[in-house]
Amino acid sequence: MAEVKKNNPKYSPGGRTCAGCAIPLIVNNVLSQTEKPIVAGVATGCLEVTSTIYPYNAWNIPCIHNAFENVASTIAGVESAFKYRKKNGFEEKIKFVAFAGDGGAYDIGFQAISGAFERGHDFTLVVYDNEGYQNTGGQRSGATPLGADTTTTPAGKVKKGKEEQRKNLTEILVAHRSPYVAQAAIHDLEDLKKKAKKAIETKGPTALIILAPCTTIWGFPPAKTLEISKLATETNFWPLYEVENGKYIVNIKPAKEKPIKEFINQQKRFAHLKDYPEKIEELQKIVNKEWKRLLKLEEKK
Amino acid sequence: MNIKPLSGAQAGAEALRQIGIEVFPVYPITPQSPIAEGFAKIVANGDSDAELINVESEHSAMSAAVGAAAAGVKTATATSSQGLALMSEIVYVASGLRLPILMPVANRALSAPINIHCDHSDTMMVRDSGWIQIYAESAQEFYENLILAFKVAKNENVLLPAMVMIDGFITTHQIERVKLFEDSVIKNFLGSYKPPYNLLDIKNPTLVGPFSMPDSYFEFKISQEEAMENAREILVKEGEELKKITGNSYNYFEKYQLDDAEYAIVVMSSTAGTAKAQIDKLRKKGEKVGLLKPRIFRPFPYEEIKKALTGKKAIAVLDRSLSFGANPPLYAEIKQALGNKIPMQKYVFGLGGRNIYDKDIKKVFKELKEGKVDNKIKWIK
Ligand SMILES: Cc1ncc(C[n+]2csc(CCOP(=O)(O)OP(=O)(O)O)c2C)c(N)n1
Ligand code: SF4
Repeated sequence: MAEVKKNNPKYSPGGRTCAGCAIPLIVNNVLSQTEKPIVAGVATGCLEVTSTIYPYNAWNIPCIHNAFENVASTIAGVESAFKYRKKNGFEEKIKFVAFAGDGGAYDIGFQAISGAFERGHDFTLVVYDNEGYQNTGGQRSGATPLGADTTTTPAGKVKKGKEEQRKNLTEILVAHRSPYVAQAAIHDLEDLKKKAKKAIETKGPTALIILAPCTTIWGFPPAKTLEISKLATETNFWPLYEVENGKYIVNIKPAKEKPIKEFINQQKRFAHLKDYPEKIEELQKIVNKEWKRLLKLEEKK
Repeated sequence: MNIKPLSGAQAGAEALRQIGIEVFPVYPITPQSPIAEGFAKIVANGDSDAELINVESEHSAMSAAVGAAAAGVKTATATSSQGLALMSEIVYVASGLRLPILMPVANRALSAPINIHCDHSDTMMVRDSGWIQIYAESAQEFYENLILAFKVAKNENVLLPAMVMIDGFITTHQIERVKLFEDSVIKNFLGSYKPPYNLLDIKNPTLVGPFSMPDSYFEFKISQEEAMENAREILVKEGEELKKITGNSYNYFEKYQLDDAEYAIVVMSSTAGTAKAQIDKLRKKGEKVGLLKPRIFRPFPYEEIKKALTGKKAIAVLDRSLSFGANPPLYAEIKQALGNKIPMQKYVFGLGGRNIYDKDIKKVFKELKEGKVDNKIKWIK
């Protein structure tokens, strides 16, 4: 992490996330990839409640939290103010980054994101995707994978966790004709940093969707965050890829794909599935199908 | 000065131009749309260099307004009815963050059933949201109220958002002779815009909108209440200044034939015009009747209203909205100001755009005189 400025990082260490949380790593590594000044927006969620507890503040850059579902429209307002002032002689070259969890992006905040992308505001959306509403105790989101036991899709005598497959926000954003959309993960920081730099420096609405393994709600030891993240990619559950002006590039292709079992076996949220091998099989099929689909998209030029 | 035939909505758009609004996120809704369209045309013609953001919803309009205002520029949006209801979550954020956003509202009924015509349910719904609220009778008043509201909103001892109301269709769409004052005069009246912080000030990074626990939230709310109390005086002071330009009065309320009146009606917005016309007729017959037309609803002028209405024989308060299961909003405030000394009757009229005629006003005065006053709502249908 040589590029992170140790003395005055844009985001300070010592936030109040759980030990082993992926979020601070994501925020720090994304923000430190450009020399340009950044104004950040943050949606309600784990990041916001752990970094802005009054009178403390982990942000060394200007930052605004408005509400849960509106980080994209909020940053659009800030960016429009910047455009207005630039027309009138303001010289600072500022970049805008909006952070949201998967709830604030895939679900309740989706409309505002879609609108901001369509209007072409110059900002980067960074989704830390911990696959659920974790700050509020672990309810399911549109990004929760099939079979996961959450507080609102609890595994019980008849139900086996979440019954639907997760949404693919990455492709939805590509469909907005964004100039740059990428999926990244924290176990591959080199890849993540490269993508962060590209996303922030590309003009127009761009997005980084970063898997954020959540020790508390997924249920794994805090020391294993990176290992879980790596398994997500090695099983093709969370492929690392980028889409530049509509062109797909799959950055990592595992030499030997690991079965999804190796990813889910380590997490309490899937613990009940050991009694339901057919559910694991169903998840495996989804992963295989999605992976094939992705490779096809990459072939198309 | 320049007299033009303008609709209320057009007069509002002119005010936004003269105020020098810099970012205007907005979403269309009848009958507000002509305000947004009017301002869009002004921008399209290069008469304003504002950034117009055609957002995808009112929720995003208010969210973007919060972002823009926090970034230190002069910000406005406009709405009606369902739009205000949709944005209401962020209406509270705007006042909580102490951002002087200006919002013209074309009053319209709330669903269900859906209805596009005038009543005051929409802005009454957010009367406790920490925004200054001013209601206008005419296009002229709407134009001037917008200018006054922004001047007060941005005052360093206030820093509160302000909504300025106009009756949907009745006043938004009707063409009136509107006196517009010179750009330079308005600019001079408004003075410079210097928000205490801004997000684009990279060297002095500010965190806007922190997470507040029980040890701090209470203090934030007290400071909002104090700002509203400050607005009370500053509205009057700035009103005196604006009067020097326009010659018009900006008191909390207008008194029409009120001082020597024995019977009085209290009603807001365009209906005050109907009441005035009927009062003129009744006065000719020697009847001592008058009107109190509240303009500023938040902060509410309890003391001043008490003074103005004390000594009347009976008072009718005409509300254009309901507070289901409780007293209608305007009546509740007037009652609070006066206590039980004067007989008071609550009337509700005009829901969903139902017309009210001068014969209805006549009947109200008749009922007051006959002592037909009880504690049930009387419907003017
Ligand atoms: C309009 C609204 N609905 C619900 C909530 C409650 N709420 C706050 S954060 C949150 C979940 C956040 O989930 P996500 O965006 O995935 O972020 P995470 O908590 O996982 O960091 C919910 C449901 C809210 N604050 N506002
Ligand atoms: S609940 Fe999960 S995502 Fe939230 S702070 Fe804890 S580890 Fe991080």
